[in-house]
Amino acid sequence: MRFSKDHEWVKVEGGIATVGITTYAQEQLGDVVFVELPAVGKKVKAGEEAAVVESVKAASEVYAPISGEVTEVNAALADTPALVNEDAEGKGWFMKLKLADMKELDALMDAAAYKTFIEGLH
Amino acid sequence: MSDWSKAVSAGFKPDGTVTTGNRGLQMEEALSFEQDAPGRTGVDLPEPPKVKDRLGGLARKGAIGLPGLSEPQVVRHFTRLSQKNYAIDAGLYPLGSCTMKHNPRLNEKMARLPGFGDLHPLAPESAVQGALELLDQLAHWLKTLTNMPAVALSPAAGAHGELCGMLCIKAALEAKGENRHRVLVPESAHGTNPATAAAIGFTVEAVPAKANGKVDVEAFKAKLGPDVAAIMITNPNTCGIFETEISALADAVHAIGGYLYCDGANFNAIVGRVRPGDLGVDAMHINLHKTFSTPHGGGGPGSGPVVLSAALAPYAPLPLTVHGKDGFKVIETTPASGEGAKALGRLKVFHGQMGMFVRALSYMMSHGADGLAQVAEDAVLNANYVLARCKDLMTPAFDGYCMHEALFDDRFLKDTGVTTLDFAKALIDAGYHPMTVYFPLIVHGAMLVEPTETESKDALDAFIATLRALAEKAKVDAQHFADAPKLTPRRRLDETGAARKPVLRWRPETVQSQAAE
Repeated sequence: MRFSKDHEWVKVEGGIATVGITTYAQEQLGDVVFVELPAVGKKVKAGEEAAVVESVKAASEVYAPISGEVTEVNAALADTPALVNEDAEGKGWFMKLKLADMKELDALMDAAAYKTFIEGLH
Repeated sequence: MSDWSKAVSAGFKPDGTVTTGNRGLQMEEALSFEQDAPGRTGVDLPEPPKVKDRLGGLARKGAIGLPGLSEPQVVRHFTRLSQKNYAIDAGLYPLGSCTMKHNPRLNEKMARLPGFGDLHPLAPESAVQGALELLDQLAHWLKTLTNMPAVALSPAAGAHGELCGMLCIKAALEAKGENRHRVLVPESAHGTNPATAAAIGFTVEAVPAKANGKVDVEAFKAKLGPDVAAIMITNPNTCGIFETEISALADAVHAIGGYLYCDGANFNAIVGRVRPGDLGVDAMHINLHKTFSTPHGGGGPGSGPVVLSAALAPYAPLPLTVHGKDGFKVIETTPASGEGAKALGRLKVFHGQMGMFVRALSYMMSHGADGLAQVAEDAVLNANYVLARCKDLMTPAFDGYCMHEALFDDRFLKDTGVTTLDFAKALIDAGYHPMTVYFPLIVHGAMLVEPTETESKDALDAFIATLRALAEKAKVDAQHFADAPKLTPRRRLDETGAARKPVLRWRPETVQSQAAE
């Protein structure tokens, strides 16, 4: 699993990347009440807005950590946005992307680097 | 059934101390519909005379669904609801970025003068010359205070003013045949800024702030290009800091043919001291319900006049009040040529919030220009007093002086288990309306305190003592904060449940099913 500075995570399996927001991000947001997901087939570039997550505190953009085409979105989030709080880096995934460029993964942090990164935020 | 037993059966849970839900003389109150006693009424109306109806079978047959209530029930209902409300008339209201200041009673007296209070919006021009003169004078004050050549008075409130200003920018670009689509907004902006730009078809790009809370001029410059329509900034910004480089930003955006929109929500900090027109601003809304003391929130309505630069002035929306041969004239429809010919249309019925115009001008004239300068001075002084007195126990988000609002982050709560939200809730138990929390978004666990010039040193000292006591208590008693508020008619409401499964309409069945639970 790799992590972005905007607190998204990516897990790649067979050319398909699953994307979500990190446990740290959901803690900061508080109770998630709504998630807006992209249309399947949409092409996103790394760093572009791909989804919106709304919590009791704020609405925030979720950026695509890597470029690709959306192949699937987590339909369960429509009725149960609480999945993002319960299991941010598992059942609370946002979307699956068909990767455009595997090399983009190198720009993202591994778990240890991300841990150091969030510790530095306070 | 009595009111309270209905209230209890409607779902209120007695808290163990009392069975009624009442606390002392703070009364529990059911919805008027839950108090319905069919046939009960406050007035005796005679039976309608028998006449042949011309409704062609469309007459309503069923009940109209209004509750049967007596006059004292209605009076008590609304009085009790009003007692649950918190208002600037009840105490300090330190909402940052909101400028909740005292609403002088002189304003109210002026607004109730029959010549203003009894006006009809369709009265002929000749009969309302005094009112038109008031609009003209208000416009003169707003233009003079901002050093801007034009003002559109009609926008209904701040965000509506933003819409007006951005539509003027769009109209100016269209008139030049330019199709610019990007609008740059700093990350600390009020949410309405990007929302306004997006609503009228612009693409919004957020620009990060610098570590000192100010806009990053270099980051803005790097994003400027021939497709940028405007920059929207707030000055002083939402961190309570004056954007000292605003003129450089104005020059840069003008150089590429774009415009500078300024959010005037924080004008109270600079009124009478700084004129936005001198800084290169092209459009700025002024919240009369903030800076100029007209009622805010539930007591509104708001009012959001927009001052415009010479480049944008021709596009100001109608109606325009102008000096005619025989007194004041109102341009209501787009003329073929002359003043108003390029107006972008109309944003609001009639002239806007006339009652607020009377109050705002009353405030300006009773203060005078020197008095308004002192308003800004005292507002900034009060905020800095709060900042200086609290900064050893609470953590200011940025170093140095602030403008009209003191911004703290939640570093002082680190490892206490107390969150910004808990801290705000504990303030309620202590008898204070909380400050703005979790805004601006760029500050972690933000607490934004805007005392305004209204508060005396005694009032500020009492508030500061409470903040300090709570900051100390947070270190030793997190449970106190987790339990707060304890003394309110309701404890913490289920905000998550309300957002995830909103119940937007009262229905009798809902009440019955809740009562059965």
